[in-house]
Order: sequence, then structure tokens, then C-alpha cells
Amino acid sequence: MERRKMLQRLSTYAHVVVSWVDDDGYPAQTPADFMVEGEELRIHQTGLAIPTDRTLNIIASHIRPQPGYGYDQRRYISIWGRGEAVEDGMRIAIERHWGWDEDITPFPEYVERSNPQAHRYLAELSAQRGVGIKPRLSPIWTFLLATRLPFLTATIIPILLGIAVAGHAGEFNLWLAFVTVLAGASIHIGLNVANDVFDALSGADEANYRPTQYSGGSRVIQRGIVPLARMIAISTAGYIVGGALGVYLVLETGSAELLAIGVLGVLLSVFYTAPPLRLVHRGLGELTTAIGFGPMMVLGAYVVQTGELAWEPFVASIPVAILIALVLYVNEIPDRPSDASVGKRTLPVRLSRETVIAGFLVASIAAFATVAVGVIAGLLPAGTLISLAALPLAFQVHAGIRKHYESPYELMAVMGRNVQLHMATGTLLFVGYLLAIVL
Amino acid sequence: MSWLPDVVEDLLKRALVAELAVVNHRGEPSMHPLIPLWDGEKIYLTSSVLFSRKLEHIKANPKVAISITDPIATDSLKARCSIQGDARVVEDDPHTTWEKVLPLWRAKEPAIDFFISKRFAFPLFFERSIIEITPRKVTWWEDGNPAREPAMAEAA
Repeated sequence: MERRKMLQRLSTYAHVVVSWVDDDGYPAQTPADFMVEGEELRIHQTGLAIPTDRTLNIIASHIRPQPGYGYDQRRYISIWGRGEAVEDGMRIAIERHWGWDEDITPFPEYVERSNPQAHRYLAELSAQRGVGIKPRLSPIWTFLLATRLPFLTATIIPILLGIAVAGHAGEFNLWLAFVTVLAGASIHIGLNVANDVFDALSGADEANYRPTQYSGGSRVIQRGIVPLARMIAISTAGYIVGGALGVYLVLETGSAELLAIGVLGVLLSVFYTAPPLRLVHRGLGELTTAIGFGPMMVLGAYVVQTGELAWEPFVASIPVAILIALVLYVNEIPDRPSDASVGKRTLPVRLSRETVIAGFLVASIAAFATVAVGVIAGLLPAGTLISLAALPLAFQVHAGIRKHYESPYELMAVMGRNVQLHMATGTLLFVGYLLAIVL
Repeated sequence: MSWLPDVVEDLLKRALVAELAVVNHRGEPSMHPLIPLWDGEKIYLTSSVLFSRKLEHIKANPKVAISITDPIATDSLKARCSIQGDARVVEDDPHTTWEKVLPLWRAKEPAIDFFISKRFAFPLFFERSIIEITPRKVTWWEDGNPAREPAMAEAA
């Protein structure tokens, strides 16, 4: 913050506290009234004499008490300099200043920016004691965060949809359905963790000071909760388990199409963030996500049940494909500065604000239009029209993006609503198929 | 029993913010706004490892002071004070040791329980150290007017 602006802000505070180191070596303090004139700070005469032969620290601090809660509106400005006696007080020759205002730098961002100091302090403490002192969370929370388990809905919904489409075609095997979900979930865990690993290696997550629960990665590496090597091991384990279950499904079904879908799906998930392709860095992340969590999941689950490819599951997959890509697309909006800084050219990085907002509306309407056209063309059962009930959510998300485009933390609720849009639409498509099977 | 004047004890009991002054590595004062906690004998503050430079300074030089000067943060008490003392950083286990002063903290900031329930979102914020201050000298302005000469008292 430049000095003039800092002094302008300082003039809004009611008083300051002046501190210096006294002759006993202790900090001494006095409250003081003050005056700002242009770039000059004057401290009014105080009953406790303020020395002029040493450095002073002057602080102005503000909070607003909230009874029954605590307080908010935290901000402060801290100034170092020397005093020169003038009539009725002293003039301060400012040497440096620093401050924090939670309205300008929200607390979560302030915390993220302070990660390096925390790690340095804990490392020094560890060195002093000869034992590693690290931040901790419960094993359950650590696992949930590291794997980003709640995001597995992106896998479960298309797989259940593919199974339902197969059921509509008269094919259903519960055991194979269970293994399909397990295989998809394992690969998805591998992907989530690999994404964090490669974003940590590229510096994308490190550069992101405004992560939210939907964007900026799990942060377990940046916060020192899980070391990089363990994340690599978790990701590898996810791929090994998912791959082994995939091989089992291929052997059970004898389907070459399933093998192709499985191999392509794993490659897409790995090269989503991994070099040399780094698809998400090239602006192909949304398309990769749409293909991987849309047609590949729905068709894969369908082929496991039926042993063959068909157009119906492909058409049914398009709405969930578009909507999951839009989940990523909206989640990338707050990550724009950090993504751009490491060359991650996502669509929100490449496109203008208005194009991104309009793009969301067009794509989400296209998702629902696919269902209507599919039913009219006789490719989808009429029951799937029930999914149109989720359309209002798309308009809510669109309005939310427009309103909070530049505010990561306000955008969090919109990102949550966008996840609900994908889940609700996918679930209603599934319900539509169940109705078609039962009725 | 505390030797601090009643007016200063009242400030410590009610203040939602105080300015902790430490001596930094340049030998200069450096102030940090924190919630002061008072158990009738010692002053406690807590600091996350995220904002731990003050802890490093205290370990290098335990001479500190703490001021309470904002009537808005003291429920309209007019008086103001500054207390010099000797500080000790208590951090046997930064994950849990600070919870000893949680009842005092909760009394001033009830919302802390909500934030603790979201500990998973700010894990480093809840790796904390306690700053324990033994008061040695107090300066206070009974009517809050800093232009007046303050009263002073020292520990026996």
C-alpha cells in the first residue's frame, strides 16, 4: 500500500498507540490522538513523554464488537519511524508501514499467504526438539480432504446413469454394477490426488492465495498435512486398484470396447494435469472433463452391463457431460490469476468475463435442450424430461456468476449451487430411466 | 491475587483487542493486535504459527508490553492502560496446548467454537502457541485522556 493511501486510511481511525523501547529494554506504550495532513503524520502531545532518539512503532487498530459472537471488521495499520518534536506534539518521519484490512484481504487469503511463515516456524521448532512437529487433522478429515471424496458424485452419477440405460435395455447385473462404481471411484481418487500432485509440482496451487472448497485443490500439500510423496502413493494406489478392477470387468465381459474406454479414460485422467500433454493447461480441461465424466463413464457402465456400445447411452451422457464440464468451468473462475501465472490456460483465463458468463448460459441450456431433443427424436424415454426440473438452478448459477465474478468467497455458494445443478440433473435423468423401466 | 489496579483488571476482563508490543530483531518495538485473556494472575494471548514472527521475537527477548486503549473494544470503559511484563511462549504441543485457555477465549469470542468446528478448513490456524505474560509494571489513564500524565504501579 502506498504511503498516501495508507495515511488516508489511517485518518479514519479514532486513535493510535505509540510504542518505543524504554531504558529498561521493555516496550513502553501510550495511546495518542493524531492528525494526518497530506503525507504528514502528527502525534498530539501525550502525558507520557515519547522519546525522539529511537524508533517508534505506531499502530491503529479497529474491530467492531458483535455481542454473543465476538467481533468483525478487523483492520490495523502499523507504522515505524522517528519522531521530531514540534509545537503541541511530534511529527513522524515514516520509515515503513504495514497493515491488514479483512475487507481488502479476506481472512482465508491472509491465512494462505502466511503458510510459508507457519512452515518455517514449525521447522525451527522441530529442529530445536529433534522431532518433527507438523500440523495435524484427524485421519478421517485428512482422507476426505486429500482425496476430495465428496467430488466422487461426478463419477457415481454417470455410472448409475449408464447402468440405468442398460436396465432400460433389459440388462442388469448387480455385482458388475458394484464393481463398476468401485473401479470408477478408485480411478477418480487417483485423478483427484494426481491433479493435486501435478498442481503442486507446477506451482499452480502454491500461487493460488484464494482457494475455496471447490477450487484451488485440496491444499493438504501446501498446508503440510500430507507430504507430496504420500500423495503420489495415494494416487498410484487409486489407479492400481481402479485399473485392476477394470481389467476384471474386461475379462468378465470380454468386451474390447470396454478395454478401449478404460484405457482412454485412464490416459485422459493422467494427462489432464500430467506432462507432457497437461490438457488442462492448454484450455482442454473442460473438454477432457466432459468426455471423461460424460460419455466414457456412461458408455463404460453401459458396456459392462450389455457388452456392446449404443447411441442411447451416448445421448443420455451429453447433459451430464456438459454440466460436469461447467462445474470445472465455474470453479476455474476464481483461480484465474494463479492459473494464468503458471501458464494454465483454462477457458476462464482465455475468455473475457462476458464471454465466460454467456458461455455458461448457452452451454447449460444446451444440456437441457439435448434431453428435450433426445426425447422428441425417440432416443431417450419420455420420463427423462423430469430432469428439466433442474433448469432453474442453471439460471440461479448464471445470475450468481454475474454478480460475484470477481469475489472468490462470495462465489463459493454459486459453485455449490452449480455442483447441485449437475447432481440434480444427473439424478433426475436416472430417476427418469427408473420410471421408464418400472412403468 | 493480582496486584493490578481494579480499573486495569476490568479492562483486561472486557477487552476484545489489545496491542501486544514485542522487541523485534532490529531492537525496535513491534505491535500486534490480539485478544487478551486474563485469569486473575497472568495475561494470556494465543498466536497461530501462521503469524508467528512475534513468537520468534519473544523467544529472543521476553520483555513485552500490552496496551488496552479502544473504548469500542472494552464495552465503553473510558480508562486506558499499558502493562509491561515478562513473556513465555507455551507450546508443548501446538496442536492442543493452547486449548488450556479456550474457556477464557470462548468467553470473549463465542464464535471460536464455530471456527474450531471448521478446523479442517484452517488447520494451520489452529496450530497455536500461548503467550503467557507476568505483569511487572502498569501505566494507566483513569479518564482515558492520553494528554494527561498517567498513573503507574509496579509489582512488589
